[in-house]
Amino acid sequence: MGYVKLPIGPQHPALKEPENFTITLDGERVVNVDIRIGYIHRGIEKLMETRTYTQNLYLVERICGICSYAHVYNFTQNVEEILGLQIPKRAEYIRTLFLELERLHSHFLWLGVAGHEIGFDTLFMYTWQDREVVQDLLEMISGNRVNYAMNAIGGVRRDVSQEHRKKVLESMDYLEKRAEFYKNVAINEKTILARAENVGILKPQVALRLTAVGPTARASGISVDIRKDDPYASYLDTPFEVITTDTNDVLGRVVVRVLEIVESIKIIRYLMEHLPEGDILKKAPRKIPEGESISHTEAPRGEDIHYLHSNGTEKPDRYKVRTPTLANLPATAEMLKETYLADVPIIVAAIDPCMGCMDRVLLLKDGQEKPGELISGEQLRRYGIKWYAERGWNA
Amino acid sequence: MFKSLVKWARIKSPWILHMNCGSCNGCDIEILAALIPRLDAERFGVLLKGTPRHADVLVCTGPVTTQMKERLKRVYDQMPEPKFVVVVGQCGSSGGIYKGSYAVEGGIDTVIPVNAYVPGCPPRPDAIADGIIKLLASIKKGGKQ
Repeated sequence: MGYVKLPIGPQHPALKEPENFTITLDGERVVNVDIRIGYIHRGIEKLMETRTYTQNLYLVERICGICSYAHVYNFTQNVEEILGLQIPKRAEYIRTLFLELERLHSHFLWLGVAGHEIGFDTLFMYTWQDREVVQDLLEMISGNRVNYAMNAIGGVRRDVSQEHRKKVLESMDYLEKRAEFYKNVAINEKTILARAENVGILKPQVALRLTAVGPTARASGISVDIRKDDPYASYLDTPFEVITTDTNDVLGRVVVRVLEIVESIKIIRYLMEHLPEGDILKKAPRKIPEGESISHTEAPRGEDIHYLHSNGTEKPDRYKVRTPTLANLPATAEMLKETYLADVPIIVAAIDPCMGCMDRVLLLKDGQEKPGELISGEQLRRYGIKWYAERGWNA
Repeated sequence: MFKSLVKWARIKSPWILHMNCGSCNGCDIEILAALIPRLDAERFGVLLKGTPRHADVLVCTGPVTTQMKERLKRVYDQMPEPKFVVVVGQCGSSGGIYKGSYAVEGGIDTVIPVNAYVPGCPPRPDAIADGIIKLLASIKKGGKQ
């Protein structure tokens, strides 16, 4: 029997964001997968070169609406490294608090989406209700629910008061109870076991070869966590464990994330109890000296790498972002092979894809439409400069 | 008589289709957050559908990337009349922070007609629910039949 090619996306009910999977099927069995990305390329890297560092704080936050803080953190860390700026200890702690609150809300969100993908909408409603608790904390401290605008170059903008601390600790007690409940659900609930066990297998050696990162790699038994491997912010002070499982399947990814919620709660408790006194912001110059810096953090989805090259002006010379979803996509294609079509949505969801983060490339080689051309970074750069010059903007 | 019945039914059950045209996910998450029990937009009859053929209201986010432009038009054309478009977020309203980029059209209204805007980056879930309710109120008053 011949193979059937099934295109899924870009607009599809199972996908929350535009992306395209061309799935080759042999009956119900998936033979091959072609992933086409680039639908949400917004040209952020180029835009960053046209804006000042202060303006870029807001732009870099909007690379992704879920792990927005990880991106801002990377950006400020890069700039501060070039400046040689040591930020106050209290600011470090508040930054770590936000990184962890973000992980909490992202993991709750993911748990709900995973539930939704396997037709378990009750779980979706439950986890999103609990996620609102985290969102309320974020709003209480920063004033916004999603893009917090907490970081400034040289520290943070808003302080954590005594009442905030009390409220955070109270909420952590509640969330810990809920996390225990979800742990129970993930391990014992038949609906989840039936859909997640032995689905989307990713063997450790394959995960290593295809550079899987974050919870996806940790569910294959690879202990990678930038928080432990290369501590940033105040992770060196904070006691926590790297969660790994060796089941290699979707269930493992559920368990890893639920246990990470518990770890995050522990970290937040520690931070709130040991919050040092002092300033929260150091004044930074507007012009950044020439230099380059690379920074990586453990975003909720995995390792997030930012590169900055500055040329001594108020604007960056080059900025490069590599988000965890991009690193996880080759592994996803591998996971999808030899599975059933009905399992495709949950396997894709299991890496917690964030396409909005990831689309850094626009010109693609596309077999279906007219063949595109691949151009080098330097050519793209020249094209960009020309494009902006034609419109009278300085690039 | 029949017309008013149809109108009544339409106001009581606005089924929505959510389309991401290059947003950062912030607005999309907040749209979903408007559907969860805390706000429960479903009590107004708002139901999230998977296909444009079932939808009355197209809820769009994002500044419309070059890649999504044609796709947005196609999805809009597939919706049955009468159709309404709600734009959620600053970048969907005007291009917002991405304005000036080579890959961005700059706002949903550069591609398809828009009935209501919900500004904010991202707007709160209550603001999104409020935007849809305001749209319904304007349909009730007359507006497009």
